[in-house]
Amino acid sequence: MRKNLNVIAAYTIMMGLIILVGIFQSWNIALSIFNLCLISAVMTMGANIQWGYAGLINFGIMGYTALGGLAAVLISVDPVQEAWSVGGSNILLSLLLIIGMVLAVRYVLKKYEKSKVRTYIIASIIIAGIIIIRFVSEPGIEAIEEVDPAKTGFLGGFGLPIIFSWIVGALFAGGLAFVIGKVALGLRADYLAIATLLISEIVIAIIKHEDWLTRGVKNVIGLKRPAPYEVNLQQTDWFINLVEKFNLSKLNLITDLSERQAALNQFVIEGSSIFVKLCYSGLFLIVVIILLILTQKALYSPWGRMMRAIRDNEEAANAMGKNVVKQHLLIFVLGSAIVGIAGAMLVTQDGLFTPGSYRPMRYTFLIWVMVIVGGSGNNFGAILGGFVVWFLWIESAPIGLYLVNLTTAGLADTHFLKVHLIESVPYFRFLMMGIGLLLIMRYRPKGILPEKIEIK
Amino acid sequence: MDFINAIVLLLNYIFVPALAYGSQLALGAIFVTLIYGILRFANFATGDMMSFGTMVTILFTWYLQSLGVSLGFLPTALIAIPFAIMFMVGYMLLIDKFVFKYYRVSKSPPVQLAMVSIGVMFVTQAVVRIIIGPSDRRFFDGEKFLIKAGEFKEMTGLNEGLAIKSTQVITIVVTLILVSTLFWFLNKTKTGKSMRAYSDNEDLALLSGIDPKKIVTITWIIAGILATIGGALYGLDKSFKPFTYFNNMLPIFAAAIVGGIGNPFGAFLGGYVIAFSEILLTYAYKKFFMYLLPESLEPNTLVQLLSTDYKFAVSFSILVIVLLYRPSGIFKGKIL
Repeated sequence: MRKNLNVIAAYTIMMGLIILVGIFQSWNIALSIFNLCLISAVMTMGANIQWGYAGLINFGIMGYTALGGLAAVLISVDPVQEAWSVGGSNILLSLLLIIGMVLAVRYVLKKYEKSKVRTYIIASIIIAGIIIIRFVSEPGIEAIEEVDPAKTGFLGGFGLPIIFSWIVGALFAGGLAFVIGKVALGLRADYLAIATLLISEIVIAIIKHEDWLTRGVKNVIGLKRPAPYEVNLQQTDWFINLVEKFNLSKLNLITDLSERQAALNQFVIEGSSIFVKLCYSGLFLIVVIILLILTQKALYSPWGRMMRAIRDNEEAANAMGKNVVKQHLLIFVLGSAIVGIAGAMLVTQDGLFTPGSYRPMRYTFLIWVMVIVGGSGNNFGAILGGFVVWFLWIESAPIGLYLVNLTTAGLADTHFLKVHLIESVPYFRFLMMGIGLLLIMRYRPKGILPEKIEIK
Repeated sequence: MDFINAIVLLLNYIFVPALAYGSQLALGAIFVTLIYGILRFANFATGDMMSFGTMVTILFTWYLQSLGVSLGFLPTALIAIPFAIMFMVGYMLLIDKFVFKYYRVSKSPPVQLAMVSIGVMFVTQAVVRIIIGPSDRRFFDGEKFLIKAGEFKEMTGLNEGLAIKSTQVITIVVTLILVSTLFWFLNKTKTGKSMRAYSDNEDLALLSGIDPKKIVTITWIIAGILATIGGALYGLDKSFKPFTYFNNMLPIFAAAIVGGIGNPFGAFLGGYVIAFSEILLTYAYKKFFMYLLPESLEPNTLVQLLSTDYKFAVSFSILVIVLLYRPSGIFKGKIL
């Protein structure tokens, strides 16, 4: 108990801060911060597995998040029958061609010794394949994108409940990570960082511009929800009764019957959005807790010890007969799959998929700040990092505004400097993140909750 | 005649823009490669440092414009650049003193320095956005075109026009001057040679009495010059927007690695490799073939290998291929 005191204290303070937001700003804001904190926590757990357990640097988090989001779209949206009938066959044929191309390349790789001729053969297979696929897919893509472009213009998905996408998102992200890992894991740390960063940009470029699959920058809105809709809630009796019971003391103060009804309506509207957010919080909490249990178990298992051994001394671990390459690949896939879950969760909560919003600042570097600040190698630390950093990211605008008002109190309200500073308040979050990261790296390089390994 | 038309077409839409864009990338890539070679870390703040330098240039340009200073047909920014460089070098040295020095002295692993550079990236980005805002700014003044497309057509009687923007010429000329001075400095002067020695083998260089503090300071000064000029040229040619600069970091990294990181000459060529392949692969060649082929063979599609949306993806794919087959880059940088 005693040795976990700092963990308990840190989490208590964090929850206290969120509750303070609830009291002083509104419970709606507090809950939306809490939900995004939970999603960030899932992402940081993914990054922490890679960086903290194995020392692999992955700057491609944005790409896996976007793939998770894509999974949410492909699982939950109803299929667009018309698009399938006009262009589905072309797309399926191209898919078969891609599989054929990959098999052909594999066959050549297996069959022939490494030589210049083999490289040329593979290159020509790929180039010829791309040209053929373009010819096959182009008419299909054009036909699909012409099907009611204002509303659909894409193939749609499978029309399943969106919850399934959390698993599918993990599979997508893990699959991508497998390919990237096969290609890039042999590189030195900072090269790996650059390569993954660039590959994630390619993923985003594809998601943005392949309209037949993702609707691209036209966005997909109105995704299905695992939680009830506010409008429906506001009309169900049990919910109105619940809200009434909750606010009975306040309502009893109002004597006028029509006024009381109006107040109750207001409470119901507020309550419905809080209730929906609470549903999401519950779902997300379940995911976070399951992942936390699994990652903690993994950390203290023989496998976790092996990963740390590989991280701390690759050559020694190799000499002890551990397959470093294979383990690196495994952990790269696992971590990325967790990030994929978070990506699907994010889209589920927002109810919309906006490929244009995936930017490396928000989805890669911010997550890294979370991991470093929280404490890499320590799952509780990583989760805490997700909470702290996301909380600051959201609340830095009000804090910045307060600071600006405080420092420029002597200036008139119309003074150009004050106006300019108040306009640029949203960018104070970057400043806070940067300074926070630099301070933590300098004075507490292991993070708020450092890695602590005890052999039981 | 058709043949000349086709050539002019390529010159106008591929060669000249790619040369200008490549020069801008090359300056950034040399910046990355110098930091990597001498200070030994991947600087993720590259794009934002360039945007900082450009911001200072813009502020000086505005000031000069308000004073009524102008260079006639050349942009006023050219006078502002030297002042901006001084400011920028000061900023770089300040960052080094308060941030990077600690990790260098304590011999931290490169990954940690790269992480620290992300902190610097956040801070620089915030400073730029707080001072000048995130919006798109143009600060070019003076004559826009050296040769206008219409004039060229009249002059030569061809169907295709060749437009050369003055910013493109300025970019190429300034880059050539700057890069040749830099190579002269690195190869011929004593300080430059000691920098190369330090990059090659730190311990040996220290043994032979090279002062590491001096090397580091000079590296930051050169980096400041490159970042300011590279950023300002890009801003003059296109426009200044902090987010674009952040994104430009990616092709710049690609150029530095393709050219062999740690090798300035490789980085210089890498910039052009990336620029040309981006533009060559995403250009629609329909008109080109219309000039060259007889009418019966004319293509009815755009003859575009990749849509322009994938411009960035091209450079990254090249990078991935290079990393796979020649991790030390085309022109042999540091062995990894």
